[in-house]
Amino acid sequence: MLGKLDLSAFIHGPIETVAQLSVVFGVVVVVGLLSYYKAWGWLWREYLTSLDAKKIGIMYIALSFVMLARGAVDAFMMRTQQAIEVGANSGFLSPDHYAQVFTAHGVIMIFFVAMPFMFGLINLIVPLQIGAKDVAYPFLNSMSFWLTVVGAVLINLSLVVGEFAATGWLAYPPLSELQFSPGVGVDYYIWALQIAGVGTLISGINFLVTITTMRLKDMSWMKMPIFVWTVFGAMILVIFAFPILTGTLGLLSLDRIAGFHFFTTDLGGSAMMYVNLIWAWGHPEVYILILPAFGIFSEIVPTFSQKRLFGYTSMVVATLAIVFLSFIVWVHHFFTMGAGADVNAFFGIMTMAIAIPTGVKVFNWLFTMFRGRILFKTPMLWFMGFLTTFVLGGATGVLLAVPGADFQLHNSLFLVAHFHNMIIGGVLFGFFAGFVYWFPKIFGFMLNERLGVYAFWCWIVGFVLAFIPLYILGLMGMTRRLYEVSPQFHPLLVVAGVGAAVIALGMFFQVLQLVVSIWQRKENPAGDNPWNGTHLEWQTSSPPPFDPERSNDGVMVGILAGLFGFAMIWQIWWLAVIGLVGVLAVLIARSFQHHEHS
Amino acid sequence: MNTHNNNTTFGFWVYLMSDCVLFAALFATYAVLQTQTFGGPGASELFDLNFVLTETLILLTSSFTVGLATIFSLEHKKRATLVALATTFILGLSFVGMEVFEFTHLIAEGSGPSANAFLSSFFVLVGTHGAHVTAGLIWMFVVMLHVMRGSVGNKLYTLSLFWHFLDIVWIFIFTFVYLFGALAL
Repeated sequence: MLGKLDLSAFIHGPIETVAQLSVVFGVVVVVGLLSYYKAWGWLWREYLTSLDAKKIGIMYIALSFVMLARGAVDAFMMRTQQAIEVGANSGFLSPDHYAQVFTAHGVIMIFFVAMPFMFGLINLIVPLQIGAKDVAYPFLNSMSFWLTVVGAVLINLSLVVGEFAATGWLAYPPLSELQFSPGVGVDYYIWALQIAGVGTLISGINFLVTITTMRLKDMSWMKMPIFVWTVFGAMILVIFAFPILTGTLGLLSLDRIAGFHFFTTDLGGSAMMYVNLIWAWGHPEVYILILPAFGIFSEIVPTFSQKRLFGYTSMVVATLAIVFLSFIVWVHHFFTMGAGADVNAFFGIMTMAIAIPTGVKVFNWLFTMFRGRILFKTPMLWFMGFLTTFVLGGATGVLLAVPGADFQLHNSLFLVAHFHNMIIGGVLFGFFAGFVYWFPKIFGFMLNERLGVYAFWCWIVGFVLAFIPLYILGLMGMTRRLYEVSPQFHPLLVVAGVGAAVIALGMFFQVLQLVVSIWQRKENPAGDNPWNGTHLEWQTSSPPPFDPERSNDGVMVGILAGLFGFAMIWQIWWLAVIGLVGVLAVLIARSFQHHEHS
Repeated sequence: MNTHNNNTTFGFWVYLMSDCVLFAALFATYAVLQTQTFGGPGASELFDLNFVLTETLILLTSSFTVGLATIFSLEHKKRATLVALATTFILGLSFVGMEVFEFTHLIAEGSGPSANAFLSSFFVLVGTHGAHVTAGLIWMFVVMLHVMRGSVGNKLYTLSLFWHFLDIVWIFIFTFVYLFGALAL
C-alpha cells in the first residue's frame, strides 16, 4: 500500500533529527504567521496564482534565498567538520551524514539557488527590457515555477522522511546504483531534479520564444540589450542540454527501479556512459548560469561608468561563441577516463579556446570603465569583486584544461576551489549585483547602501579566506569530499572555516539590509530611474504596473507533480498514477477553457 | 490572436528540437551499448524485419492520414477531419499494439530489458518512441473532442507536427536499430 514507506523512515540519528525538526518547525512558523495575519487569501491571489512574470520572478528569488540558507548551512557543516576533525576528534557528523550533506549542498546550490535566482531575474527584467507586456506563455511560466518548487520541496522533505543521496552532486554510478545505494536517497535526487528539470526546459522554450517574437517593433536583434542576448544564449543551452539530463536520470531510475543495465557493473553496463551523458548536460549548465551573469555586468558597468558599453558587437559574438563551444568541452571533466591522448588533446584545446570569448568580455568591461566617471555603488562593487575573483578562477580553469596537469589535480580541492571561484565569484556575485541593481525598479524603493557595502566586503574577504586555502590544499594533494583528514592539512582547513564564518556574516548583513530597507522604504523612494540606466526597463514606473491575470492550475499541477514525485521515490504506484493522470487532467481541462493565454 | 498562434507553433517547433536532443541521447546510448549483449543473442538474431516493416508502413500511412486531417480541417470539413483523425488513431493504436506484442514476445523469450545492456538500450530507445506515440494518441483523442466542439484552433496543426516528428524518429530507429541490426552492420 505505501511502497517502501514505513515509520522507520521518520527516525534519524541525533543531528539529522535537529535538521528534521527545524524543517517541521519552519513550516509550522510560516503557516502560523500566515494564518495569524490572515494573509492566505492575499498570498494566494497576489502571488501563488499570479501569471504576471514579475510576480513569478519575485517568487523565484524568494525560493532561491530560502534554499541559499539551506545550502549555506550544509556548507558551514562541512567546513566545521573538516576544521574540528583532527587527531582523536572525529568531528560531529557521521560519515554517511557527511556524504549526504556535501551532496545536498551541491545539488541545492546549482539547481535550487543559482537556477531560480537566474530565472527570477530573467522574469523580472527580460519582458521589461524588450518592451513586452509579459512572456509568450504566462501559464507555462507559472507551471515552470511550481515544478521548480516541487523539486525544492522534495529535497527538503528528504530531511524529514527518509534520507538524501550520499553520492556527490552528480550521482555517478555504480555508487548511485541500487546495489550500492539501496536507500531512497538517490531516488529523492532523481525525482527532485527530473521534475524541476522539466520546469526549466519549459522556461527555456518560453523565454526563447518571448525574446524571438515579442520584442518592440524597433528593437532589431543588434539593438537588444546584452542581458537579453546572454539570456537568449542561455535559453538555447537550456533547450539543448536539459533533455539530456532528463534522459540520463531516466536511464538511472530504470536501472534502479526496473533492473535495467545501463550503468551497472554487470551484464554489459557502462558507468562511463553515464558520466559522458551527465556532463554533456553539465558543462552547458555552468554556462547557462554564467551567461546571464555576464549580461547583468554588461548592464551595470556602462551605467556606473557613465559611458556606453565598449564593443557591443564583440559581446554578442563572444556570447554566441560560448554557446557553441560549451557543447564540445565536456570530456575535460574526466580526462582521467582513459579516452586517449588525441581525444583529451581535442577537449583540452577546446577548453582553452572557450576562455578566449570570455576574455573578450572581460576586456570589453575594462575598456568600458576606461576614462569613465565610475560611481562605486554596491552593484559596481560586486562587479569589481567578480572581476578579480573570476579572472583568477578563469586562469586556474585554463590550467586544469591541460590534461597532464588535470591528471594530478583531478578530484582534488584545487578543482573544488576552481569551480567555487567561478560559481561564487562569477554567477553568485553577478546575481547579487543584478538583484541590488534592479531591486529599486521592482519594489519602488532603494536598498540600504551602507549595509550592502558591508555585505559585499564580508563576502569578498570571506571568499578569499575560504577558497584560496583550498587551492593550496589541492596542490598539496588533498582530495575532495574527505570525511577524515590528514593532520598536515588541518591549519589551512581552519583558515577555510574562518572564511566560511566571514561569508556567514556577509549573509547576515544581506538579511539585515533587506529588513532595514523595507522598514525605511517610505524614506527611500526609488523614482523611475535611480541609477540613470539607459535601457527600456528604466523608462517605466517603479514598481512597474502588474498584470492582475491569474490561474490556479499552475499550483494544481505543482501539487499533483509533487505527489507523483513522492510516490515514485517510495514506489507507491497507485499514488504515482493518480499524480500523473491528475497533471494530464488539469492540462486537458485547461485546453477546453476559453482563455487568452496558453 | 494571429501572433499568438504563430507563437504557439514556433514554441512547439522549439519543443520538438529539444525532444530531438532526448532521442539523440538515447541513440548515442544505444550505439555505445549495442555490442554489450553479454553472451546473449544480438540484434540480427532477435529482430523480425517483416514484422517491423509492417509496423513502419502502418506508421507512415498514419502520417499521411493525419496530413489529410489537417487539410480537411483547413477546408472546414468537420466530418472528413474526424474520419481522417479516427483512421490515424486506429493506425497509431495498431502500431503501439504491435510494439507491445514484440516487447512481450522478447521478454517471454528471456530477452527482456534486464537481460543485458544491449537490450536495456534497445527497449528504452524503442519504448520511448512508443511512449511518445501513446501520448500522441491521448492528445489525438482530445483534439477530436475539440474538432467536434469546433474549438480546435491550431491544436490539430501542432498535433500533426508531433506525429510527423515521431515518424521521422521511427525512420531512424528502423534504419539504425532494425535494418543495420539485421544486416549485422
